[in-house]
Order: sequence, then structure tokens, then C-alpha cells
Amino acid sequence: MTPRTGPQVVIGVGNRWRGDDGAGPELARRLRRLDLPPELSVLERDGDPASLLDAFDGADRALVADCVASGSAPGTLHRFEPADGPLPAELFRSSTHLLGLAEAIELARELGRLPRELVVYGIEGESFGPGQGLTPAVSSAVVRLASRISDGLGDGGAGDGRRAPSGAGA
Amino acid sequence: MSADQGGGTRTIRTDYLARVEGEGAMTVKIRGDEVEQVGLEIYEPPRFFEAFLKGRSFREAPDITARICGICPVAYMTSAFNAMEDALGIDPGPRVGALRRLMYCGEWVESHALHVFLLHAPDFLGFDSAWTMAREHREMVEAGLKIKKAGNDLLRVVGGRAIHPVNVRVGGFYRAPGRDQLDALVGRLEEARELATGAVEWVAGLPFPEFEQDYEFVALRDPDRYAIEDGRLVSGSGLDLAPDQFEQHFEERHVEHSTALHSLMRDGGTYFLGPMARYSLNREQLSPVAREAADRAGLGPECRNPFRSIVVRAVEILYALDEALRLISAYEPPESAAVEAEPRAGTGHGWSEAPRGMLWHRYRLEDDGSIAEARIVPPTSQNQPRIEQDLRAFVQPRVGLDDERLQWECEQAIRNYDPCISCSAHFLKLTVDRS
Repeated sequence: MTPRTGPQVVIGVGNRWRGDDGAGPELARRLRRLDLPPELSVLERDGDPASLLDAFDGADRALVADCVASGSAPGTLHRFEPADGPLPAELFRSSTHLLGLAEAIELARELGRLPRELVVYGIEGESFGPGQGLTPAVSSAVVRLASRISDGLGDGGAGDGRRAPSGAGA
Repeated sequence: MSADQGGGTRTIRTDYLARVEGEGAMTVKIRGDEVEQVGLEIYEPPRFFEAFLKGRSFREAPDITARICGICPVAYMTSAFNAMEDALGIDPGPRVGALRRLMYCGEWVESHALHVFLLHAPDFLGFDSAWTMAREHREMVEAGLKIKKAGNDLLRVVGGRAIHPVNVRVGGFYRAPGRDQLDALVGRLEEARELATGAVEWVAGLPFPEFEQDYEFVALRDPDRYAIEDGRLVSGSGLDLAPDQFEQHFEERHVEHSTALHSLMRDGGTYFLGPMARYSLNREQLSPVAREAADRAGLGPECRNPFRSIVVRAVEILYALDEALRLISAYEPPESAAVEAEPRAGTGHGWSEAPRGMLWHRYRLEDDGSIAEARIVPPTSQNQPRIEQDLRAFVQPRVGLDDERLQWECEQAIRNYDPCISCSAHFLKLTVDRS
């Protein structure tokens, strides 16, 4: 693991008013309740790509969590390291975002604005209808991911302390 | 994807219109060489929110309705507090009004910059995304992001947050920013204004298809300035209305091919809101800097080609930055950040110019200030019948194109209108049915 230097950021992406699409913001809310190191900031973004680029600014390491619809079992966590290549755009298109997370990350890559280390979690959603609240499977996936991140903190920061192969379900 | 379904019918579907916000579907029915029907299906989150607002306090309406759109929350907030202040009979005064206009300028800059540089420009230049465009036009993408960031910064300082403002309430603000906070933005706004001036020229040089249409333009108007946060509703044919007269002249109807209600004028005609309507009706209220840039871009007294809406948006970005700088230099902090509102029964109407066009709210309140009824008429659903009419005219001379090309051109045509369909799940399925 890299030494624990530089600012780190966790970004929860999604819309709280569209069911499971609120998974990213809910993750951010949970993390904020924890005793976090000062170099770690936790942000919520509802998906405008330029705001994601701004959120990366100055961050050495970043973790982004967003809801996805791939057909896997609800609550599945998909883990990606964009350093290995572009995210599968079709997985992320059903999010709140204009460009989609995959496209926003490619824009950041093209402009040289990717953090040194970036991990993306796709949380498999079940229901995206209007209204607040997560389905049980997604809710427990958020709890799992939050504890994975807070465990990873002892290992160096905004990463999750894992080195799983890119795209592996977890 | 193209499939021969037998019986002479061919259908192509596209998974989604990658850069249109929201979700929806477009169907084109072609019989022989004639376009029989064009339908645009739009999911309408306001219907959910209208129900959700019932029983809530009047104080919650700006925050709750702001969640309808991740790109134009200030528009929803503004129309909501305008309506609530109308219902409650309060007026926060000109200083709060100026601060609200300043915040709204930030949203126009953010929303338009996103559309112009990251969504719309790639279409004209033949790129399928902003990041592929950035390979060859990096300078313009960087300029667009910088302009957008200036809008974000403005919103953060006045609204308390870059996306969903938290400093806004019925009656005013929780806290008015200090002079020094606004002065600190001036350098960035001036730089953005400079970049926006160049951007108007740049977009004016894009290749535009000939597609002039005859529109009934409808927009808010203010005699002294380009209307944004309030005004009277005017039209090309002479309407001049207060917010409580809206329903006398416009109505929502069910139409056969759509599950969504269609907004029409009472005489059954379509109308058109948004940047082209504002520019064509209110060009004289633009600041000299913006008007001169529009002249150099060859916009003329009005704009009737929706493909050129990208030029109008760029002019409005320039105007909003120029206006923000004017408002900051004239800023006098309000003596009180907000006027207290006492609950009472009544009905209130309010509107404002969202980046995509006029957004109207009506609320009926109970004695205790709880919401008995909410009505929200967003700009995209008002423009929908007109968009369908345009798409039909657009597709007709193009029926001979192969499906892939037609799909590409339809996608570009829809993006002209910057439809705000919803803020989740941006699928737009396009079906072309030929027989």
C-alpha cells in the first residue's frame, strides 16, 4: 500500500429521491458519522460530471461509489480500478448523471485530472422509482462498503485496503 | 441496433440518448415515405413531488422541489418561494431580490456551460462524448469547465453549496454573504466572462443545419433587465400575464400517443420556452457586452433555428457572468437576510426562468401553513408538444437516411432543446418503426 500521504476523498454519487440511486449519498452519510482522519473528506455528488472533476482536485486518492444496474443480484458490490482501463459505461448509465460516471472519469483522464489512485464501487440497485429509501439488499451493501472503507483507513486512506482484481464482484 | 421484424417493418432502438438528462423514449413511425407520428415519452418527476408535498409545511417547498432536478435546483427553489411569498403576502425587498438574482446567475452559468461544452458541442463536431472532443479541442473543454466552475463558486458562496443550495428559505436567506466573500469571486468571474466572450464566437462557427421554424415564443419579461428570477409572462403574439393568470391561457391535455400531459395554449397551439424564446423576446434587455457578442455571432433580432440555440446559450452565459459582476459591484447586504413569514391560508403562484424555460408553481395553503395542494409545471413538459412537432418536420426530409445516421441526427436534434427529463436513469430509447 502507498504511504498515507496527501488528501483523500470518498465521493458518494446518486440521487436520494430515486430509491436505490441514493446508495452513494447514504454511504457518504454513514461515513460522516465515523471518526475520520482529517486528511479524508467525504462528499456527495448528484452526478454532474464537472463537479466530479472538481471533487478530484487536489485529492491524492479517491474512492467513488455509485449505484449500478447490471442484472446482478441487488446489493452486489462491483469494484473497479480505472487505472486498469475505462469503466464499463453500460453498467453506470442508469445513474443520476448526465455524462455518466464512466464518461466523467474518462474526461478526467483525458484532462490529466485523475487522482493518483482511484477506486470505484458500483452498488447493484434494485429499484429506481421516485421516493426516498433503499431496498434492504442495497442498504446492507452500503453498510458493508462503509465498514470496508473504514477498515481500509488503517491501511492508508481512502482506498478500501483491498487489491481485488478489477471488476471482481464482492 | 437494427432488426427486420418481417411484414416490412423495421425497427431500430438505441439504448439511450447519452447526453440528455433524464429518461424517456422517442418513437418515430414511418409509413412509406411519410412520417406518421413522432412521440417523445418523458417520465415526469414533478407528479410524484406534487403528491409528496401535500401536508408538508410551506417552508419545506423550496428544499423539496429543488430535488426534482440536479441541474436546476435554484429554478425550483425560486419558483417555490415566489409562490409561497405570494400566498403569504410577504416581500423580502430589493436587496434580497438582488442576491437571489445573483445566485440564479450562478445556476444559468453552470447549467448552460454543461450543456454547451460537454453535451451539445460534441454533436456538432462529430464526437460521441466530451472526453473524445477534449482530445482535439482541449482548450475549449477546459474553458467550459472553468466557466462552469465560476458558476459553481457563485452558487456556493450565495447558496451555501455548489449544487443544492442550503442557504435559501421562504422570505430570503438564512445568512447573507459578506461583501468580502463576493469580492473574492470577482477575479474568477472576470476570467470566465473573458472565456465566455471567446466561446460565443467559437460556437457561432459550428456547422448548423438549416432548420428555421415558426415558434410562438413565451418567456418572462422585466422592463429593466433580462428576466430571470421573476417578471411577467409575455409571448410573441402579445400575451402579458401575471403568475395567477397562467392557467387561464395555458392548459395540460391528454393526447393519444403519450401517457404524459401535454401543455398547450388554450387555443390548442403549441408554444416554446427557453433560451431562444428569451433571446427573441427580450434581446433589448441584454447588457451591451452580451448584445454585442450576439451581434458578432450573427444572431440577429431573433433565433428560430433550434440548432443555433447553442449560440444563444453561450450569449446567456456571457450575460449571466456580466450581470453577476454588476450585481456584486452594486451589492449592499440586506439589513435582514430574511422576512419572517406567518402561516395563513391562501393560494400563491410563482415562476422563474429555469435555464430550460419558464417553470410555474402554484400552492394552496391551509391555516397552519401546510400545503393542501401543489402544482408544478416544468419547462420540458411545456415544450414537449413543440419538440415533437419539430422532430416530425426534422425527420420528414431525412426518411431516406439509414437508421444509424437517422438516429444520430435525431439525438442531436433532441439535444437542441436541452430537455430536463428527470435526474436519474438517463435512458432515452429511440425506436424508428418503418413499414
